[in-house]
Amino acid sequence: MTGPLLSVRGLTRRFGGVVALDGLSFELEPGRILGLIGPNGSGKTTFFNVLTGVYRAHAGELRFAGRPVTNLPPQAIYELGITRTFQRSRLCLTLTVFDNVALGNHRRLEHGLAFNVLRRRALGREFEAMRAAVCELLAIFDAPLAERLEEPVAGIPMIDRRRIEICRALASRPRLLLLDEPSAGMTPEETRRLMDDILEVRRRLGDLGIVLVEHEMSAIERATDRCVVLDYGRKLAEGTYAEVAADPRVKQAYLGLA
Amino acid sequence: MTPAAAPAANASSRPPAAAAIALAAAVAALAFTFLHAESQAAVGWIAASSVAAVLAAARLGALRWASRGALARERTTSVALAAGLAALVLAFHDDHFTLLLLARVLLVATACLGLHVQFGMAGVVNFAGAAFFGIGSYTAAVLAGRTSVPHVAVLAAAGALAALVGSVLLLPLLRTRGHYAALITIAFGIGFRTFLEVNDALGGPQGLNVAGFSLLGFSFNENWTVRGVEVSFYVAYVALAFLLLGGAFAVVRRLETSWIGLALDAVRLDETAAASFGVRVPRWKIGAFTLGNFVTGVAGALSAMMTGYIAPNAFTFQESLVFVSIVLLGGIGNAWGLLLATFLVVVVPEKLQAIQEYRFLLFASLVVLVLVFRPSGLVPRALRRRFGEAP
Repeated sequence: MTGPLLSVRGLTRRFGGVVALDGLSFELEPGRILGLIGPNGSGKTTFFNVLTGVYRAHAGELRFAGRPVTNLPPQAIYELGITRTFQRSRLCLTLTVFDNVALGNHRRLEHGLAFNVLRRRALGREFEAMRAAVCELLAIFDAPLAERLEEPVAGIPMIDRRRIEICRALASRPRLLLLDEPSAGMTPEETRRLMDDILEVRRRLGDLGIVLVEHEMSAIERATDRCVVLDYGRKLAEGTYAEVAADPRVKQAYLGLA
Repeated sequence: MTPAAAPAANASSRPPAAAAIALAAAVAALAFTFLHAESQAAVGWIAASSVAAVLAAARLGALRWASRGALARERTTSVALAAGLAALVLAFHDDHFTLLLLARVLLVATACLGLHVQFGMAGVVNFAGAAFFGIGSYTAAVLAGRTSVPHVAVLAAAGALAALVGSVLLLPLLRTRGHYAALITIAFGIGFRTFLEVNDALGGPQGLNVAGFSLLGFSFNENWTVRGVEVSFYVAYVALAFLLLGGAFAVVRRLETSWIGLALDAVRLDETAAASFGVRVPRWKIGAFTLGNFVTGVAGALSAMMTGYIAPNAFTFQESLVFVSIVLLGGIGNAWGLLLATFLVVVVPEKLQAIQEYRFLLFASLVVLVLVFRPSGLVPRALRRRFGEAP
């Protein structure tokens, strides 16, 4: 495919007097991992929420694979092939691992009343196919997890919950994956393993684009091809991790160095 | 990665069918002794000793063994329970009162299954269950009394009208959550009753007589004799009510163990996450609310035709609360628990006349106790496991 997978032009979102996103622009090529970094409240999660249709944009344009997607509802964004994970885990804790991941493939599941109530054999076959797909996805991350399919998520440790959340986002074979602070609440070692997982996902799913919001600089350094640094909703710097980390403005925004 | 290994492991660890049959037999035996007892002292004694027996069984782990076995083999359990019900009907074949009570249990359970679809599955609250039951009842009264529509079609029309009237509530329900949504349904329920009371075409506060059910010229309101033995006409109503409940129950269990159940779970548990995976939340809520009202309306119609008389004061907010408390007691989202809870809530006050007057007080304290000590109900919601297992 030629042209960027995602292009953001002058995206603006206000909350009352606070400008959460202020004319943000950048592009993402297919198969690339872009890190979105910045201090708390710099607009990283707001960007995800505007892109996925949770919030409306007040100005600017979003294009996905050349199509304008600004202010589409969440369902339409999902159907175009953009999926996400949430900053605070939003798995359904009382449901099984299988249920949670299968939910990610909602658009391809058969929801007809007659099909679900009467055609139980066909439903069973769909179920087995989905089970195989879920196992395959989980195996990218952690093979033993595939044996806990029938357990409720509530009993699964944090790092595996993140992996399940990423699997749920991958279940519908999206073209763009948005990861909102996947390392939140994890130890440095767990974070390192999760970043390896993300690189493995990219390796297996060729032209999947990934936007990764992170606080953890080591994670950004390890996993991303390019970074965009946000501060008060504006783009402060863009480039490889080494470039932006050396930028004095970034140092000031992040570390408060004069 | 061994996708095939998991179901095999499940099958081998499946408890034996004996557990399901034992549980059904115990339930039927308990129901029989309880329904059979006449004097208040005997009823009270049986109630107390069955509570003790259940607690003892729980302590010994027998309850756990039996209920796990029963839930793992739903088809066997359903058949065993149906056989138990048939045995009860046989035992009480000429006892109008007991049969009426049994039919009422079956119909209230059906109505509560409607609420279960709304509240237990989709998370849409409905504190106007009795109103939708009432819409079904009044539809049956009018159609069966003033037209010659076949009575099977009357049942369907009653469900359809309940669903249609319920759609009035859809817009406000979709725009509110939690307490506010609950208040809207409460207001609707109270408004419905007021509407009945001032509406003379529907009999006003005096209510209406309702024609009995008849099917292909066979009237359900006549006793029959089989080989010289008098059989109560309520047997036919019990059978029909059982068919309704069985049908509704099978559909509900199948929905729960299907992609539809998964989508509804997602809507109930986290709307935002559901929406970001393409789940059209309003559409699913509308579907669940409409289906639930349909089921409740059908149950209301048959109930009215069975009792032969309806009045507005049978469809009060208090009655709606009884429906809700059944769903709560059963373990919000557990259709099997709902059957048990219906039996307790409908039968116990009828048999134990001493508490009849205090039944709302009793339900209220029971609901509070359950919410404090066993917040997930008498029989907590089960995980969705294998597909294609529903009865």
